[in-house]
Amino acid sequence: MEGALRRTLNLSQPDEVYNAIVDAHKGLSEEECRTYDARLILLLVNHIGDEEVIREALKAAAKP
Amino acid sequence: MSSYTYRHYPYVRPMELEAPGKRQPVVIVGAGIAGPTLALSLASQGVPVVLLDDDDTVSLGSRSICQAKHSLETWDRCGIAQRMVEKGITWEQGEVYLRDKAIYRFNLQPEPGHKFTAFVNLQQYYVEEYLYERCAREPAIDMRHRNKVVAVSSRDDGVTVTVETPDGRYDLEADWLVACDGVRSPIRHLLGLPYPGEVFNDQFLIADIRLKGDLPKERRFWFYPSFHPTNSVLLHRQADDILRVDFQLGRDADAEEEKKPESIDRRLRQMFGPDARWEHEWSSVYTFTCRMMERFVHGRVIFAGDAAHVVSPFGARGGNAAVADADNLAWKLARVVAGKSLPGLLDTYCSERRAAACENIRQSTRSTDFITPKFEAARRFRDATLALAKDFPFARALINSGRLSAPTAHTGSLLDTPDADDDWSGGPTPGRAMIDAPRGDGWLIESLGPDFALLSFDGPIDAADVPVVALECSGLAARRYDAQPGTIYLIRPDRYVAARWRRYDRLTVRAALARATGH
Repeated sequence: MEGALRRTLNLSQPDEVYNAIVDAHKGLSEEECRTYDARLILLLVNHIGDEEVIREALKAAAKP
Repeated sequence: MSSYTYRHYPYVRPMELEAPGKRQPVVIVGAGIAGPTLALSLASQGVPVVLLDDDDTVSLGSRSICQAKHSLETWDRCGIAQRMVEKGITWEQGEVYLRDKAIYRFNLQPEPGHKFTAFVNLQQYYVEEYLYERCAREPAIDMRHRNKVVAVSSRDDGVTVTVETPDGRYDLEADWLVACDGVRSPIRHLLGLPYPGEVFNDQFLIADIRLKGDLPKERRFWFYPSFHPTNSVLLHRQADDILRVDFQLGRDADAEEEKKPESIDRRLRQMFGPDARWEHEWSSVYTFTCRMMERFVHGRVIFAGDAAHVVSPFGARGGNAAVADADNLAWKLARVVAGKSLPGLLDTYCSERRAAACENIRQSTRSTDFITPKFEAARRFRDATLALAKDFPFARALINSGRLSAPTAHTGSLLDTPDADDDWSGGPTPGRAMIDAPRGDGWLIESLGPDFALLSFDGPIDAADVPVVALECSGLAARRYDAQPGTIYLIRPDRYVAARWRRYDRLTVRAALARATGH
């Protein structure tokens, strides 16, 4: 199914980005992680800007 | 406690106590905001009205204080809006604070060139006082204080209302009964109609205080201020140097304890500091509900205002929706009473105003959910938004401390004629409220009469069936209506756009007019 949300790789250095996300959470408590993630989601969502993409991602994250 | 002097309006012994009176075209129950506004509008369209109220004075407490531009434009038609502007506090800006720092400022009407500003804050008792006085000067309105409806019998062709007075009971026959009798609507209860909706558990404290000094004009909203660190606070200024402070107390607050003057004083002392002096005007601890009737028209009984729908207070959508109900209903009911349209036209009152009520409930529920998050993740996203707001402008737009009342569009209403020309790049589309603009020495909206009107931008100044308001194809009005030479707008009596064209054509206008009146 081809929707608005990209399903193929869009990162030139995928390992770098993946580890950067994980590392950013290193040492944070469960509580701090959730606060951090909420901010991160809001920042990224605004950057993406495309409501259709965001809605598809909201669904896709619930059922990968 | 209150600095306002409550007048008692005279009760007059109704003639129907002696002998049955004549059948009335319209009886309105309830003299809050919706009832008298509807009565004045009907009277201006030649419909006599009996207006019943169980009380003999105006609103106890300031209650609905933010009178929106669209409501002022309605009241301007019966000549009382200027008085409200002069007495009230005009504002169009709001400030949002996180802790004690301003993080966001919004302007509800950034462009000048409108007769009225976005809001005038004026206590509901003044609004009602001006409405009552205006009703008393209107020969077509028979306003009866201390006349309480105790029974309603509705038939296919009319309604019998049993009314209780200090001198006994009488029956009133009416073609139409409009219940504007508030959130607890006795008429709704008498007819056994349900009022489904959602109950919110958060408690709030309203403290109206008189405080001399340099008071802010704009709306202020704090999340977690140092003077009330666990919750939010909303501040509005009203007439007579009165401030409305609205403290969020949370779910577990002890309402009886919070109501005590010493508890209120302690909160105010933290907010205004050791040197401030104030007097109490009115206070109330409240929770709220969002409810809506499934239908606003039940045979010959019609519901309007809080009797038909009720929202949380964030956004000034209660009183202003009541005025919009009255506006929407008045011209339709006047046409039906005069035999110019079939009663089916009233179904569009229900569909249009129910859509507006849905929108108001949706907006006010979103504000409520932002201000009082219902679950842990909701609170976390709310706090993340507030935290980002200082450095990231996008997050400021997400802060929802109340999205303030603006006229609701009834997109897709059966009465509208959709655009046929494809070169529109702006202007209000059919189903949207018209926009004010300067016209000559005055204003566009004030130059319309109580009936349909055609706005004609350098087009014909004579049209079949409809009075024409001639406008030039330059200036603010032309820009706001995306006008070219020949552009025509058909405006409904409630100042909504019914149709618009690039060229006048008599038959097309006539067809749109027929459609807009339910034919």
